[in-house]
Amino acid sequence: MNISRRKVLALGAGLGAVVLTGFKANIAFADEAKTQAAIDAFANGATVESGKITLTAPEIAENGNTVPISIEVESPMTADDYVQSVMILAEGNPNPGVATLHFTPMSGVAAATTRMRLAKTQNVIAIAKMSDGSVVMDKKLVKVTIGGCGG
Amino acid sequence: MASKPRVKVPKKAAAGDIITIKTLISHAMESGQRKGKDGNLIPRKIINKFTADFNGTTVFSADLEPGIAANPFIEFNVKVMESGTFNFVWLDDDGTQYSSSNEIAVE
Repeated sequence: MNISRRKVLALGAGLGAVVLTGFKANIAFADEAKTQAAIDAFANGATVESGKITLTAPEIAENGNTVPISIEVESPMTADDYVQSVMILAEGNPNPGVATLHFTPMSGVAAATTRMRLAKTQNVIAIAKMSDGSVVMDKKLVKVTIGGCGG
Repeated sequence: MASKPRVKVPKKAAAGDIITIKTLISHAMESGQRKGKDGNLIPRKIINKFTADFNGTTVFSADLEPGIAANPFIEFNVKVMESGTFNFVWLDDDGTQYSSSNEIAVE
Protein backbone atom coordinates (compact mmCIF):
# COMPACT_ATOMS: atom_id res chain seq x y z
CA MET A 1 0.00 0.00 0.00
CA ASN A 2 1.25 3.37 -0.90
CA ILE A 3 -0.56 6.14 0.96
CA SER A 4 0.76 9.52 -0.04
CA ARG A 5 1.08 12.34 2.42
CA ARG A 6 -1.45 14.31 0.36
CA LYS A 7 -4.08 11.59 0.71
CA VAL A 8 -3.58 11.37 4.45
CA LEU A 9 -4.04 15.11 4.75
CA ALA A 10 -7.22 15.03 2.67
CA LEU A 11 -8.61 12.22 4.81
CA GLY A 12 -7.78 14.11 7.98
CA ALA A 13 -9.56 17.21 6.73
CA GLY A 14 -12.62 15.16 5.80
CA LEU A 15 -12.77 13.57 9.23
CA GLY A 16 -12.42 16.96 10.83
CA ALA A 17 -15.37 18.26 8.88
CA VAL A 18 -17.52 15.32 9.92
CA VAL A 19 -16.60 15.82 13.58
CA LEU A 20 -17.37 19.53 13.33
CA THR A 21 -20.80 19.10 11.76
CA GLY A 22 -21.61 16.37 14.26
CA PHE A 23 -20.67 18.68 17.11
CA LYS A 24 -22.82 21.46 15.72
CA ALA A 25 -25.82 19.16 15.52
CA ASN A 26 -25.20 18.13 19.11
CA ILE A 27 -25.48 21.62 20.52
CA ALA A 28 -28.80 21.94 18.68
CA PHE A 29 -29.59 25.55 19.45
CA ALA A 30 -33.04 26.56 18.35
CA ASP A 31 -32.70 27.48 14.73
CA GLU A 32 -34.83 29.87 12.79
CA ALA A 33 -37.02 27.03 11.54
CA LYS A 34 -37.97 26.11 15.10
CA THR A 35 -38.69 29.73 15.94
CA GLN A 36 -40.73 30.13 12.76
CA ALA A 37 -42.73 27.03 13.65
CA ALA A 38 -43.52 28.53 17.06
CA ILE A 39 -44.58 31.80 15.42
CA ASP A 40 -46.81 29.98 12.92
CA ALA A 41 -48.45 27.94 15.66
CA PHE A 42 -49.10 31.10 17.67
CA ALA A 43 -50.38 33.13 14.67
CA ASN A 44 -52.80 30.32 13.80
CA GLY A 45 -52.97 31.27 10.11
CA ALA A 46 -53.15 35.05 10.59
CA THR A 47 -50.71 37.30 8.75
CA VAL A 48 -48.00 38.54 11.07
CA GLU A 49 -47.73 42.33 10.82
CA SER A 50 -45.35 44.78 12.40
CA GLY A 51 -46.14 47.84 14.48
CA LYS A 52 -48.35 48.36 17.53
CA ILE A 53 -46.07 46.21 19.65
CA THR A 54 -42.87 47.48 21.26
CA LEU A 55 -40.23 45.21 22.68
CA THR A 56 -37.71 46.92 24.93
CA ALA A 57 -34.47 45.08 25.59
CA PRO A 58 -30.91 46.22 26.24
CA GLU A 59 -28.72 46.55 23.16
CA ILE A 60 -25.90 44.82 24.97
CA ALA A 61 -26.59 42.38 27.78
CA GLU A 62 -23.43 41.79 29.76
CA ASN A 63 -24.83 38.84 31.59
CA GLY A 64 -27.12 36.53 29.63
CA ASN A 65 -28.41 35.03 32.88
CA THR A 66 -30.83 37.84 33.53
CA VAL A 67 -31.77 40.19 30.75
CA PRO A 68 -34.61 42.61 31.52
CA ILE A 69 -37.19 42.90 28.75
CA SER A 70 -40.43 44.81 28.49
CA ILE A 71 -43.26 44.55 26.03
CA GLU A 72 -46.05 46.97 25.35
CA VAL A 73 -48.88 46.63 22.89
CA GLU A 74 -51.09 49.49 21.74
CA SER A 75 -54.67 48.53 22.40
CA PRO A 76 -57.77 50.09 23.95
CA MET A 77 -58.06 46.99 26.19
CA THR A 78 -61.86 46.95 26.20
CA ALA A 79 -64.03 43.86 26.34
CA ASP A 80 -64.32 43.72 22.51
CA ASP A 81 -60.83 44.83 21.59
CA TYR A 82 -57.93 43.71 23.71
CA VAL A 83 -54.63 41.89 23.55
CA GLN A 84 -55.11 38.23 24.35
CA SER A 85 -51.57 37.04 24.67
CA VAL A 86 -47.97 37.91 23.94
CA MET A 87 -45.37 35.27 23.27
CA ILE A 88 -41.69 35.98 23.80
CA LEU A 89 -39.16 33.97 21.81
CA ALA A 90 -35.38 33.82 21.74
CA GLU A 91 -34.07 32.56 18.41
CA GLY A 92 -30.68 31.41 19.67
CA ASN A 93 -31.61 29.65 22.91
CA PRO A 94 -31.70 25.85 23.19
CA ASN A 95 -35.49 26.25 23.27
CA PRO A 96 -36.92 29.32 21.57
CA GLY A 97 -39.85 29.66 23.98
CA VAL A 98 -39.39 32.10 26.85
CA ALA A 99 -42.85 32.94 28.09
CA THR A 100 -46.42 33.51 27.00
CA LEU A 101 -48.26 36.28 28.79
CA HIS A 102 -52.05 36.26 28.87
CA PHE A 103 -53.85 39.56 29.26
CA THR A 104 -57.49 40.33 29.92
CA PRO A 105 -59.57 43.50 29.46
CA MET A 106 -58.94 44.03 33.18
CA SER A 107 -55.23 44.47 32.51
CA GLY A 108 -55.85 48.09 31.56
CA VAL A 109 -52.75 48.24 29.42
CA ALA A 110 -51.05 45.36 27.65
CA ALA A 111 -47.62 45.85 29.13
CA ALA A 112 -45.33 43.64 31.15
CA THR A 113 -41.73 43.34 32.23
CA THR A 114 -39.74 40.24 33.07
CA ARG A 115 -36.19 38.92 33.04
CA MET A 116 -35.01 36.28 30.62
CA ARG A 117 -32.00 34.14 29.79
CA LEU A 118 -30.02 34.51 26.58
CA ALA A 119 -27.51 31.86 25.55
CA LYS A 120 -25.73 34.05 23.00
CA THR A 121 -26.14 37.15 20.85
CA GLN A 122 -29.46 36.75 19.11
CA ASN A 123 -32.83 38.15 18.12
CA VAL A 124 -35.52 38.38 20.75
CA ILE A 125 -39.03 38.28 19.35
CA ALA A 126 -42.29 39.43 20.88
CA ILE A 127 -45.49 38.51 19.11
CA ALA A 128 -48.95 39.56 20.21
CA LYS A 129 -52.37 38.17 19.41
CA MET A 130 -55.38 40.48 19.57
CA SER A 131 -58.91 39.44 20.47
CA ASP A 132 -59.89 39.77 16.77
CA GLY A 133 -57.21 37.25 15.78
CA SER A 134 -54.74 39.69 14.21
CA VAL A 135 -51.08 39.20 15.06
CA VAL A 136 -48.26 41.72 15.40
CA MET A 137 -44.57 41.17 15.99
CA ASP A 138 -41.45 43.05 17.05
CA LYS A 139 -37.84 41.88 16.96
CA LYS A 140 -34.70 43.15 18.70
CA LEU A 141 -31.11 42.06 18.43
CA VAL A 142 -29.49 41.70 21.83
CA LYS A 143 -25.73 41.30 22.07
CA VAL A 144 -24.70 38.97 24.87
CA THR A 145 -21.26 39.03 26.47
CA ILE A 146 -21.67 36.03 28.80
CA GLY A 147 -24.17 33.38 27.77
CA GLY A 148 -26.78 32.39 30.31
CA CYS A 149 -27.76 28.81 29.72
CA GLY A 150 -25.04 26.97 31.62
CA GLY A 151 -23.68 23.74 30.24
CA MET B 1 -35.69 26.14 47.80
CA ALA B 2 -38.30 28.56 46.79
CA SER B 3 -39.01 31.02 49.54
CA LYS B 4 -41.92 33.32 50.23
CA PRO B 5 -42.82 35.31 47.14
CA ARG B 6 -42.43 39.06 47.24
CA VAL B 7 -45.27 41.11 45.79
CA LYS B 8 -45.72 44.83 45.51
CA VAL B 9 -49.31 46.02 45.18
CA PRO B 10 -50.33 49.61 45.93
CA LYS B 11 -52.34 49.84 49.18
CA LYS B 12 -54.96 52.10 47.68
CA ALA B 13 -56.04 53.47 44.34
CA ALA B 14 -58.85 55.42 42.75
CA ALA B 15 -61.54 53.53 40.83
CA GLY B 16 -60.50 53.07 37.20
CA ASP B 17 -56.80 53.47 37.97
CA ILE B 18 -54.34 51.25 36.19
CA ILE B 19 -52.01 49.98 38.87
CA THR B 20 -48.65 48.31 38.43
CA ILE B 21 -47.95 45.08 40.25
CA LYS B 22 -44.45 43.69 40.72
CA THR B 23 -43.88 40.10 41.72
CA LEU B 24 -40.73 38.15 42.44
CA ILE B 25 -40.20 34.67 43.76
CA SER B 26 -36.89 33.07 44.72
CA HIS B 27 -36.47 30.02 42.56
CA ALA B 28 -33.47 28.49 40.79
CA MET B 29 -35.47 27.94 37.56
CA GLU B 30 -33.25 24.98 36.70
CA SER B 31 -33.42 24.94 32.91
CA GLY B 32 -32.64 21.28 32.29
CA GLN B 33 -29.74 22.32 30.07
CA ARG B 34 -27.04 22.59 32.73
CA LYS B 35 -24.68 19.81 33.66
CA GLY B 36 -23.84 19.06 37.28
CA LYS B 37 -20.40 18.23 38.67
CA ASP B 38 -20.88 14.56 37.75
CA GLY B 39 -21.39 15.50 34.09
CA ASN B 40 -25.06 14.57 34.02
CA LEU B 41 -27.80 16.97 33.11
CA ILE B 42 -29.55 18.52 36.08
CA PRO B 43 -33.27 17.81 35.57
CA ARG B 44 -35.53 20.71 34.73
CA LYS B 45 -37.37 22.31 37.62
CA ILE B 46 -38.97 25.66 36.97
CA ILE B 47 -42.04 27.68 37.83
CA ASN B 48 -44.12 26.99 34.73
CA LYS B 49 -47.22 29.05 35.44
CA PHE B 50 -48.05 32.28 37.16
CA THR B 51 -51.61 33.48 37.73
CA ALA B 52 -52.99 36.68 39.17
CA ASP B 53 -56.61 36.65 40.31
CA PHE B 54 -58.59 39.64 41.52
CA ASN B 55 -61.72 38.86 43.53
CA GLY B 56 -61.79 35.39 41.97
CA THR B 57 -61.33 36.42 38.32
CA THR B 58 -58.05 35.83 36.52
CA VAL B 59 -56.73 39.20 35.36
CA PHE B 60 -53.28 38.15 34.16
CA SER B 61 -51.40 34.92 33.72
CA ALA B 62 -48.15 33.76 32.20
CA ASP B 63 -46.77 30.45 30.96
CA LEU B 64 -43.09 30.41 31.80
CA GLU B 65 -40.42 28.36 30.07
CA PRO B 66 -36.77 27.63 30.89
CA GLY B 67 -35.82 30.82 29.03
CA ILE B 68 -36.97 32.84 32.03
CA ALA B 69 -34.18 33.90 34.38
CA ALA B 70 -33.77 32.55 37.90
CA ASN B 71 -35.91 34.25 40.55
CA PRO B 72 -38.64 35.07 38.04
CA PHE B 73 -39.70 38.69 38.15
CA ILE B 74 -42.96 39.71 36.53
CA GLU B 75 -44.34 43.21 36.34
CA PHE B 76 -47.79 43.84 34.89
CA ASN B 77 -50.81 46.12 35.17
CA VAL B 78 -54.36 45.80 36.34
CA LYS B 79 -57.25 48.22 36.05
CA VAL B 80 -59.07 48.30 39.39
CA MET B 81 -62.71 49.36 39.75
CA GLU B 82 -63.41 48.15 43.30
CA SER B 83 -61.68 47.15 46.51
CA GLY B 84 -60.65 43.57 46.75
CA THR B 85 -58.02 40.94 47.12
CA PHE B 86 -55.38 39.83 44.69
CA ASN B 87 -54.38 36.22 44.79
CA PHE B 88 -51.12 35.27 43.11
CA VAL B 89 -50.16 31.67 42.45
CA TRP B 90 -46.89 30.26 41.16
CA LEU B 91 -46.94 26.64 40.02
CA ASP B 92 -43.76 24.59 40.23
CA ASP B 93 -42.87 21.73 37.85
CA ASP B 94 -43.10 19.35 40.82
CA GLY B 95 -46.69 20.41 41.50
CA THR B 96 -45.95 22.66 44.48
CA GLN B 97 -47.95 25.89 44.60
CA TYR B 98 -46.66 29.08 46.11
CA SER B 99 -49.15 31.82 46.73
CA SER B 100 -49.56 35.31 48.06
CA SER B 101 -52.62 37.44 48.84
CA ASN B 102 -52.66 41.21 48.81
CA GLU B 103 -55.50 43.59 49.46
CA ILE B 104 -56.19 46.88 47.80
CA ALA B 105 -58.58 49.63 48.86
CA VAL B 106 -60.23 51.45 45.99
CA GLU B 107 -61.93 54.77 46.65
